[in-house]
Amino acid sequence: MHNPQLNKNGELTHLLSTEGLPAAILTQILDTAASFMEVSSRDVKKVPLLRGKSVFNLFFENSTRTRTTFEIAAKRLSADVINLDITRSSTAKGETLLDTIDNLCAMDANLFVVRHASSGAPYLIAEHLRKIGRDDIHVVNAGDGRHAHPTQGLLDMYTIRHYKKDFTQLRVAIVGDILHSRVARSDIHALTTLGVPEVRAIGPETLLPKYLDKLGVHVYHDMAAGLRDCDVVIMLRLQNERMNGALLPSAGEYFRHYGLTPQMLAQAKPDAIVMHPGPMNRGVEIHSAVADGPQAVILPQVTFGIAVRMAVMSIVAGN
Amino acid sequence: MNIEISNGRVICPKNGVDRDNVSVYIAHGRIVGLGEAPKGFVATQKVDAAGCVVSPGLIDLGARLNSIEAELAAAVAGGVTSVVVPPDADPPLDEPELADRLVHRGDEIGKARVLPLGALTLGLKGERLAELAGLKKAGCVAFSQASRPVVDTEALLRAMEYAATFGFAVWLQPQDHWLSRNGIAHEGEVASRLGLAGIPVAAETIAVGSIIQLVRDTGCRVHLTRISSAAGMSLVQRAAKEGLPISCDVGVHHLLLTDNDIGYFNPHARFVPPLRGQADRQALSDAAAAGTAAICSDHTPVGADDKLLPFGEAKPGATGLEVLLPLTLKWAETAGVALPAALARITSAPAEILGLDSGHLALGARADICVFDPNASWQLTPEALRSRGKNSPWTGYMMTGKVRHTLVDGRIVYTT
Amino acid sequence: MTLLPDSLPDAEAQCQQLAEAIRPSLSKNPALVGIFSGGVWIAERLRALLGLADEIGMIDVSFYRDDFAEKGLHPQCRPTTIPFDVQDRHIILVDDVLYTGRTTRAAINELFDYGRPASVQLAVLADRGGRELPIDKSFEAWEVTLGEGANLVLESNPQGLLAWRLENA
Repeated sequence: MHNPQLNKNGELTHLLSTEGLPAAILTQILDTAASFMEVSSRDVKKVPLLRGKSVFNLFFENSTRTRTTFEIAAKRLSADVINLDITRSSTAKGETLLDTIDNLCAMDANLFVVRHASSGAPYLIAEHLRKIGRDDIHVVNAGDGRHAHPTQGLLDMYTIRHYKKDFTQLRVAIVGDILHSRVARSDIHALTTLGVPEVRAIGPETLLPKYLDKLGVHVYHDMAAGLRDCDVVIMLRLQNERMNGALLPSAGEYFRHYGLTPQMLAQAKPDAIVMHPGPMNRGVEIHSAVADGPQAVILPQVTFGIAVRMAVMSIVAGN
Repeated sequence: MNIEISNGRVICPKNGVDRDNVSVYIAHGRIVGLGEAPKGFVATQKVDAAGCVVSPGLIDLGARLNSIEAELAAAVAGGVTSVVVPPDADPPLDEPELADRLVHRGDEIGKARVLPLGALTLGLKGERLAELAGLKKAGCVAFSQASRPVVDTEALLRAMEYAATFGFAVWLQPQDHWLSRNGIAHEGEVASRLGLAGIPVAAETIAVGSIIQLVRDTGCRVHLTRISSAAGMSLVQRAAKEGLPISCDVGVHHLLLTDNDIGYFNPHARFVPPLRGQADRQALSDAAAAGTAAICSDHTPVGADDKLLPFGEAKPGATGLEVLLPLTLKWAETAGVALPAALARITSAPAEILGLDSGHLALGARADICVFDPNASWQLTPEALRSRGKNSPWTGYMMTGKVRHTLVDGRIVYTT
Repeated sequence: MTLLPDSLPDAEAQCQQLAEAIRPSLSKNPALVGIFSGGVWIAERLRALLGLADEIGMIDVSFYRDDFAEKGLHPQCRPTTIPFDVQDRHIILVDDVLYTGRTTRAAINELFDYGRPASVQLAVLADRGGRELPIDKSFEAWEVTLGEGANLVLESNPQGLLAWRLENA
């Protein structure tokens, strides 16, 4: 099947998922991001790469935080950034998703950064652009439903590589609500592609998707056993609406079994790093002593995130 | 009008007829001769069926007729001479006048026969019984909830008791409301990978299990529509073996496709019930091959705008009337099923489920006939379809098997 | 005269030649900035030959190129590193081959995002002509004319020595 993320030369033209991308492309993104990290440390934090290009942030689902990081990244590439809050505007008037896209194409867009509540929405947009012959417009998925959040997955890979150098000797644990997490899926595909030999998923059965083993993941229900000898611990946010109901009895019981406390973290390797896509629920999935402790790399993740998004936008826009 | 269909390969699965190069003679809307013309028969019209199969007209156990004229034209273009229409129209078919109007409209159009299923409950809400006897009188062949589950098991029990009182059949699509209400795809590896909310197989087996027990208790005759899983099919087969009055059908798409065909979120691979795994598809195919399940198109026309949406927001279903025959032939070829046996699944088997004396070519039978070229191929494009529903996972694919003539009541209602 | 693949000059010797050309300007305490990848190799040699105290800077001009629209981003770009303060410093940009002048333009632009240098000079191992911008070198070791479609590439061989290679399209 044709991979909609790649052009006919096998180059990245849309970033929709970390799944199905060869390791070479993932590595290219990380390497390019390393160059952009340096740009962010200069007096003038801006390069002229995307001068004259228009980046449209299409957030069909609100997320000020993610939108801001894309906006900063685009601006540091000298692109013009247009933010559209679509949750309130056009769809309320009965305009379909693709009507909106057609309109924006007519405004000479070059790149769409798309956040949508439905899994697969960015694929629909990419496919539509192909059908109407607009190969010059690129799509970057900024999170679709439960499916993927590839720039978050890549910034997690950047973080891991930054601290651990090599992927091929690592034990990585992903903890929490994997069922509803697009971040977890993007992390899993990227980790397995980059050669991490052991990826673990830790959580109660109600928060784990079925057949995770088919994705190359080892499932643990016991937090201590799952964390044992891990090099990297990726904590996931537990959404408020999951806390009291059919999936979990209470935030308190969840924290007692799956909260990352200093005692739990002691099961992992002494030099293990702790990551979190943010925003954190302190006292729900992570103890403040860990979140603010020496092993947490949660703030560096945010910094790396800008460089990774600059890398992704400049690579797709050039292909 | 007297019609002679000559030179064809006549296949009547019900009567075990498979004869090459014979003529079928039709007069007064009925079959009056097979191979030999009755005395004094003079054909006023001759149909040359050389290279073609002459089969009973197809009986489709499930086709939604959103725009009735176009869809009935599509039916006969697909060789379908009778269509069973589920009651989930707008408004639902829950009053005798509505059924009456539908049947009359079908007669006026004069293409395929319309066999409506009446709503089992008012508004298909699964609460209060519809006027079953009145609906029956107006032409409903059985009673159904279409794809909507009866949430309240007591209401279902009462409905089945009431239907059994009159000897009416109840058609149910077994899907547990609670386990299926949030799902959009088969709960399997694909759904996990794509982040699509899953519908577990248990949604089907739990519903089948409940219905089987209610059949045991009420004696109500039940037809289960669109079985999708190996486990569900196995329960149905065991119940049938037990001697319970239970039959079932499968959608033709479910015989050929699996959740893998969702690919990159293809909205055309969204169905209710969902396409399931490879082992499920195989079990459905085996059941159809063994004759325990009939095959239907589950024709569901969906407007283009309702498919140009992210997978979970797109309307489920595919166009089916014009692909029922070629897809059944495709299934037969891949499953190694002989042509007469495959045709039985879309002619005599549905007739038997409906309790109708049709779907065969015996002398005296109503002349509902499909003449098709089993080797002619055509490309499925929106333009090639008469149906208003252009939605298909097969768009762009080549279909093998092309209908040349369709006769209903001895009238040629379609010819190419 | 036509340049033959087996009659190419010794690049290591040319580095020494270039260092001698620069030596008279050392009083201004210049800092060296090599342009990836050939320019970086040469700048490293110049620093050793001239005994300069400051680490060399390294520039990858991928983010400043003017052919992004046609060619996209170079698949292997490396971080630019300038380990000294550019503000008010005399800078010598170092590259292997000067041709159209576009790479030099990009490097100067990038340099200015680090501060305002006192001056910028350009040292190249080879000048093959064909300028498309009003840019010229300050120091050179070799002036050469290449045939149509020919390209001069500086390589670091397995022994770590620099050598020229002639490519013909």
